[in-house]
Amino acid sequence: MIRFNGIYKNFGATRALDNFSLEIGRGLVYGLIGPNGAGKTTAMSILATLLLPEAGTATVNGLDVVEEAEKVRGIIGYMPDFFGVYDGLRATEYLEFFAAAHHIPAHRRPGLVRTLLELVNLPDKADVYVDSLSRGMKQRLALARCLVHDPKVLILDEPASGLDPRARAEMKEIIRHLKHLGKTVLISSHILPELAEICDAVAIMEAGRLVVAGTVAEITAVSRGARQMRVAVLDRAGELAGFLATRPGVSETLADEQEVRFLFDGNQAEQAALLQAMVSGGWPVVEFTEVRRNLEEAFMAVTAEGVEDNGGN
Amino acid sequence: MAEINPVLLKELRQRFRTGKTAWLLALYLLVIGAFVLGFMYLSWRGSPGIFQPDRSRSLFIMLSVTQLVLLGFVVPGLTAGVISGERERQTLNVLLTTRLTPRQIIWSKLVSACAFVVLLVVATLPLYSIVFMYGGIAPAQVLGVFGFYLVTIFLFGCIGVACSSFFKRTGVSTVTTYGLAFALAAGTGFLAVFLHEMNRLQARGGISPETWHPAFLAWVVEFLQDINPVFVLMQILGENGIPTGVNFGLPGWAVYTLVSLAAGVLLLHWSARLLLPGGKRRRITMDV
Repeated sequence: MIRFNGIYKNFGATRALDNFSLEIGRGLVYGLIGPNGAGKTTAMSILATLLLPEAGTATVNGLDVVEEAEKVRGIIGYMPDFFGVYDGLRATEYLEFFAAAHHIPAHRRPGLVRTLLELVNLPDKADVYVDSLSRGMKQRLALARCLVHDPKVLILDEPASGLDPRARAEMKEIIRHLKHLGKTVLISSHILPELAEICDAVAIMEAGRLVVAGTVAEITAVSRGARQMRVAVLDRAGELAGFLATRPGVSETLADEQEVRFLFDGNQAEQAALLQAMVSGGWPVVEFTEVRRNLEEAFMAVTAEGVEDNGGN
Repeated sequence: MAEINPVLLKELRQRFRTGKTAWLLALYLLVIGAFVLGFMYLSWRGSPGIFQPDRSRSLFIMLSVTQLVLLGFVVPGLTAGVISGERERQTLNVLLTTRLTPRQIIWSKLVSACAFVVLLVVATLPLYSIVFMYGGIAPAQVLGVFGFYLVTIFLFGCIGVACSSFFKRTGVSTVTTYGLAFALAAGTGFLAVFLHEMNRLQARGGISPETWHPAFLAWVVEFLQDINPVFVLMQILGENGIPTGVNFGLPGWAVYTLVSLAAGVLLLHWSARLLLPGGKRRRITMDV
């Protein structure tokens, strides 16, 4: 549904996107993660037809964002990270204005606006002036604004930034609902645990480049190329740590009283062989599991690698 | 039935919903009314009850010039922030991702701002009726003056919109628009007078050797006074301009209208191009 192919974009001497490529399937909620300056907003702005790439192509549903910008605008809903609202307009008027701007026929607008306000949980704010709404309500109204023309793709740049926990939870629910409606959602956020909860897949960006992309499970597994393992034993954890350190693919062993943690770089067969070796060696193994990294840890690990790489250059 | 442009509808709704609009209208009428009625009082107090068409004509000139000066203040103020204001409020990017073209956005912004200025001008009609009451003015002259105002509002409005599209900040855009409006209203006039005097000096042998070709200088002076709003207004009111002997084949007001409309259309086209992605001065505040 969305494809970036070798995109380059500079702002003066700063390279915002550096051969950025990414493919996002239809109906997915896809997270874009990266530190400040990684290029997330630039990538989203190019997709929203607001910026031109200097090289490379980007398409939405097969439509080129440069050559067929007007058609692209008809199938995307864009919510920037910072946005304002118009003074002196009521919520219904605000949505009706954008519906008209998207060429929705006048007779369809009142019903559409009512439906959208219900979708974002603001039906009681229909006649309230937009500038008097709370930030969370404005964010939800902006999301409703993105949906006035029933776009196939939603581009949401930090939709939960500055929201309180309750408003964030409401936003998450709405995004889940949009997924059920079959929308493809590209979303960036700094609140990684929330992205992990709602995203089918994520891409980590750094310095304008794609570092890694995949499902949350895949990313946490591939970060730094090794999985963190935990072995619980009845006793002799120190001896086990010494034994494990001699085994291939094992590194950074750390022993506790009844537990050993280590990084293991190997496939499932090698993992099974390692367990067999421990049992054959007479260690009273109670539990042997992989410690799942969360997205935040994976992000830190992946971006730290990038920093090290850059430092090494 | 064709639907009204949504940006225009929104702008009109926002503009006419606030009390600020009514206050601005009242203030405008107060200022122009005070000038005109004050002028009447001073003119008539010495000879009350005596009909003097010349005084009525002076009143008409006074009213028309005052209105032009006020338009020079109001139009740039209303138009110099129409795009930069959207940019500052962070609403422009969202607007640009709709199906509206930059041209539609620019045009509707201009029309909504100009609609309000036209309302201001129309609201002064009762003051013109005072002039009619005393006679000495032809209806065609009044119509000519109103046509001239429409062209001037359009030109100043286009300058404001272009500055607003070019500059990121409304403050800079406003100052530049006022500067350009002043250059047009006063600068071209001063330059025309200066060049005319230089030409006369050359003709008398005051400058030797001859620096500029006299016919070229006369052509420039004629053109400058034909694009100067004050000179053109005075021509419409029946006053004489600088005699140059140059004839463009059109009356001064026609040259002014053609040049203003052409310049305005070019400025609007340029403004719309600036809003396109990749427009030279396209700016987006962003976290890259």
